[in-house]
Amino acid sequence: MSRQPTNDSAHDSAHRYALALGDDALVMAQRMGEWIASAPQIEEDIALGNLALDQLGQARTLLSYAGSLSEPLRTEDDLAYLRDAADFRNVLLVERPWGPGRPDFGVAMARLLVLSTYQWLLYDGLRSSTDATLAAIAAKAVKEVDYHRDHARLWVLRLGDGTEESHLRMQAAVDAEWPYVEELFDNSFVHPALLDEGVAVDPTSLRAALLDRLDSVLAEATLELPDVTPAEAGGRRGEHTDHLTELLADMQGLARTHQGATW
Amino acid sequence: MTDRREWPLWEVFVRSRRGLNHVHAGSLHAPDAEMALRNARDVYTRRQEGVSLWVVPAASITASSPDEKDSFFEPAGDKIYRHPTFYDVPDGVEHL
Repeated sequence: MSRQPTNDSAHDSAHRYALALGDDALVMAQRMGEWIASAPQIEEDIALGNLALDQLGQARTLLSYAGSLSEPLRTEDDLAYLRDAADFRNVLLVERPWGPGRPDFGVAMARLLVLSTYQWLLYDGLRSSTDATLAAIAAKAVKEVDYHRDHARLWVLRLGDGTEESHLRMQAAVDAEWPYVEELFDNSFVHPALLDEGVAVDPTSLRAALLDRLDSVLAEATLELPDVTPAEAGGRRGEHTDHLTELLADMQGLARTHQGATW
Repeated sequence: MTDRREWPLWEVFVRSRRGLNHVHAGSLHAPDAEMALRNARDVYTRRQEGVSLWVVPAASITASSPDEKDSFFEPAGDKIYRHPTFYDVPDGVEHL
């Protein structure tokens, strides 16, 4: 990009950046909420509920910021409830159900490990963003996802290096999630000017650190690093699975039926 | 249905921000101590109740029995001389 972006396009770039990060957190929050009353123990219900609310909090600040940069202005609720699947920019990792059949706790921990490690690296870098709002959001969120990472890691270690059955099921869960790791490094939604100006973190720059950290958890958990072909994934371009449409129908139904309702 | 053994029970002690000692907050189930500590964080400190946590296996606690209540505690009831109320404090002693 040789042309300096005008102020409008700079706003638009930052809007799209915050939107994608916010959508990752929002969709993860909604999926994670499905575990409430379905986790193996009530203590885990509460843990995953807390964690879903952390993600929702991150989504709210990121979407509020994205909305403040859009023309016309949009609120966090406009963005969360009144967009269709094709307008969401989250990665496919977070939108898929927790298993082909019954929700699989191993899948939840594998996915949480991947996402929270990615978010931890991302927010850690974003803390020094030249955009003060993004830096402040990241400074708060990095502590939250650090705990998510720890929670997921402890479970992956226990299930991977547990019984014969838990090992097999944890390996299957890791195998199911790994094709969606590659999409985390898709930087097509990050305008190059945001990188030049130190506003955004380049997702590709997180690759080595993320894979290294994931590898070390898998090794400690006696799990094999899956040898998988990355999934065709265009979430950052709005190309989603039908699972996101279903998730949004659930999440947005009430708000769309009773627009403007409050309590 | 596979065998779903219950996780062991843990007692949770929380020290509040201004508190000097850990106070019993409740109990929870967890597969081991490390997870018990995390569950305690999620269940008992989500509203900023504490700055430090202890978890203790409930099985490690030896408790007095309700049956022993009389022999354990009643005898202290009439030993008022065990309270430091019978000492005359001399005038001029400030820091007692």
